[in-house]
Amino acid sequence: MRIDRQALLDLATGAAFLGSGGGGDPYYSQLLGEAEIARRGAFHLIPLEALADDGLIAPCGWIGAPTVSAEKLPNGQEALLGLRELERLHGRQIDAVMAIEIGGGNGLAPLLAAAELGIPVVDADGMGRAFPESQMTVFSIDGLSACPSVVTSANGELRLIETDDNLEHERVARQLSIEFGGNAHMVEYPLVGAQAKRHAIGGSVSAAIAIGAAVRIARAAGEDPFEALHAALRASGLYPFAGTIFDGKVVDVERETKGGFSVGHVVIEGFGGEGRMDLVFQNENLIARVNGEVRAMVPDLITVMDRETADSIVTERLKFGQRVKVVGAAAPAVLRAERALTFVGPGAFGFSEPYRPIEDLNGWNHG
Amino acid sequence: MRIGVDVGGTNTDAVLMDGAEVVAWTKQPTTADVGSGVAAAIRAVLADARVAPEAVASVMIGTTHFTNALVERSKLDRVGILRLASPAGEALPPMTGWPEALADQIDARTYLLPGGFEFDGREIAPLDEAAIRKAARELRDAGVDSIAISSVFAPVNPSMEERAAALVAAEHPGARVTVSHTLGRIGFIERENAAILNAALGSLAAHVVASFERALEEIGVDAPLYLSQNDGTLISAERAAAYPVLTIGSGPTNSMRGAAFLTGVRDAIVLDVGGTTTDLGVLANGFPRESSVAVDIGGVRINFRMPDILALGLGGGTRIHLDPARYGADGLGVDELHVGPDSVGFRITEQARLFGGTTLTASDVAVAAGRASFGDPTKLPPLSEAVRDAVWGRMQAMLEEAVDRMKTSRGEVVLLAVGGGNFLVPDSLHGAARVVRPPHAAVANAVGAAIAQVGAMVDQVVSFDREPREAALERLRAEARDQAIAAGGIPETVEIVEMDEVYLSYLPGRAAQVRVRAVADLAGTPALIAAHAH
Repeated sequence: MRIDRQALLDLATGAAFLGSGGGGDPYYSQLLGEAEIARRGAFHLIPLEALADDGLIAPCGWIGAPTVSAEKLPNGQEALLGLRELERLHGRQIDAVMAIEIGGGNGLAPLLAAAELGIPVVDADGMGRAFPESQMTVFSIDGLSACPSVVTSANGELRLIETDDNLEHERVARQLSIEFGGNAHMVEYPLVGAQAKRHAIGGSVSAAIAIGAAVRIARAAGEDPFEALHAALRASGLYPFAGTIFDGKVVDVERETKGGFSVGHVVIEGFGGEGRMDLVFQNENLIARVNGEVRAMVPDLITVMDRETADSIVTERLKFGQRVKVVGAAAPAVLRAERALTFVGPGAFGFSEPYRPIEDLNGWNHG
Repeated sequence: MRIGVDVGGTNTDAVLMDGAEVVAWTKQPTTADVGSGVAAAIRAVLADARVAPEAVASVMIGTTHFTNALVERSKLDRVGILRLASPAGEALPPMTGWPEALADQIDARTYLLPGGFEFDGREIAPLDEAAIRKAARELRDAGVDSIAISSVFAPVNPSMEERAAALVAAEHPGARVTVSHTLGRIGFIERENAAILNAALGSLAAHVVASFERALEEIGVDAPLYLSQNDGTLISAERAAAYPVLTIGSGPTNSMRGAAFLTGVRDAIVLDVGGTTTDLGVLANGFPRESSVAVDIGGVRINFRMPDILALGLGGGTRIHLDPARYGADGLGVDELHVGPDSVGFRITEQARLFGGTTLTASDVAVAAGRASFGDPTKLPPLSEAVRDAVWGRMQAMLEEAVDRMKTSRGEVVLLAVGGGNFLVPDSLHGAARVVRPPHAAVANAVGAAIAQVGAMVDQVVSFDREPREAALERLRAEARDQAIAAGGIPETVEIVEMDEVYLSYLPGRAAQVRVRAVADLAGTPALIAAHAH
């Protein structure tokens, strides 16, 4: 499949939603992508099945606090530097690049890296959304190692991480990202084709494009973009339940760059007298409570959107006074398995509430 | 008494207001030099009300002049851009993603220079003063006088932008410099874009604001001159000359606020019908609804608080494309008739049939259909009833569809029809609960300028370790409120419209720079309303 300009814009819209507030604003990657398409033509996307079992696949993306990436833009050499280092370590060329997370700008970033190397991007990712920490991938959940991993900075610095412990890897990488100024590029979880086919969340790039296209088409036709979004999510096969869980005005945003993340909370006051929603985020939106009761929690997706245009508002763009709808969606099934929840469930973020699926919390599965 | 003026592309409108009352109004053609049209309009209202120039307490001008310059890509300066960020940001040089025609017009000379700060206060790279001086000299020698300077995390630490501006001033004393931190907060590209647009408008703004001032002087009005800015508050003429980009959303803001004021309706869709377009905006609780995400001006993304507007290509001067041989037809096929999107614009008084011209316009059909009366109806071509109905029906369908797009709920909404072409909006429209056409609808924009609000901004660094966040925010909200009232705002109308905090990670403890902005209606208005009532 070719990703032309229209597909790139749709991907940006879809990935922004799947970022669940994080993964970085796709706008900057979209600008870079448009320039690249104008220069060299459409991007090349291949399905997981097209990978050779022994091919070398490089998942990659940006690590850091999105509040920083809204200010400090890339130099442009970061990804290439990291990928070349991985090739040197393996003594062979990389066959395809993959998004470590489909959500946010990180869903688009690998396109540029792949185009630089002249290789395709795989229609898959390691999270099915975006998560703040690097061990929160299906690869880590399934016991694969993050290393060797390569972290590079806008200043051209490069560090190699070698450890068997994926949590230790996250700690080291996070510290490096802080040292490098709050954001950095990372090539991690190098895979062979057979591993990618077995573990990665397949079809997530094309799903994001389809979700973005549905919103675009609904807008152009004057139809409700939220209805279209919900339907497209359900139809994707990855996100079986979706719906709007709140409607109101942002009355408080507390957001801080801390420990290498953008952390904080948002308060949204309901329009229809339905009280207030409290949303806690660590790069991504983690848990949404209405009047103290949980309405959605990780790993399910929670995205704040402009209530008129259905544009996703990433956490670093949330502002007092915005009129928003909060849309939730069920996470891909692999993220809801018992073992997966120890990596990406509410407990992994320090919340005491046990995980409850979004469809149960909102009564979506009773007809 | 206050004078509100709206300088549009076609007309310059003025109102003279005594408190809440419109004492006199006028609509004059906009002139090429801008100033003489403003002078003529102000003279007309003063003469009409027999009011001496000395009785005018203040003049408020709203203008779409700068927006039009960006949209039409005319009268823009060449810009020199100094970005202090390298090696960061080189992947996205300034003006990435801009419409080519606008970028070509601005013809920027860009310098990617070392500098900027990390989030924690470290330097990305030290400032290269020699390189900045060299760039300034090159720009001076090339005759580039408008300069934009941007630096990473300048809203947290503006010192590099300020130092660079001083160096530029030393080498290129004639330069007009815009530094990005004066125009925006976190969000580098949007803030830099605003700085570049502002720089590009530099000469035009200096010229236009000076011509406004000359116009007042000529008439003998010795009152402070203000310009409306995007959010409906005022800035001084001096500040507007330096930061014209702050006024580019004022047109729709003024028309919506004017419509709300004239009708007393707080929740509605406003249709401001001009010569070329109809701007639709939503009033929610008396305030223009703003776009949550970044806004586009002439295809450039910026991060301003501005009303969310839908521009429909239908206005009084819109051309009706129909074969004259079919003017008497018994019915028209779908493809035989096209409405716009082109318009005769300000040439309506020469080109429309009503004025003896040869172009059939929306106004001609409205008069033919008995929906408006102006011009010389005897000059209209004979149109069959079927043709009149077909054209009128098509225009109504366009308006209905646009209203539907702006709706937030499925129900019917109140429509406020204003602007010189408001006769194109009939008294009943599908999807509308009712259509309100207030007195002075044609000059709602100028009324909006005259009733502009006062704004107050509190900007402080707070340590949340020493003062709990909730308490600190409450204190700052109260301070902003008090300042708005002290500046002449009516206490009951004060509204907090912006709260923004940026954590200063380089300071010990939990320190944040907090900005709270409050706006309020200007006092004087309700007191006068009360006085009139008694």
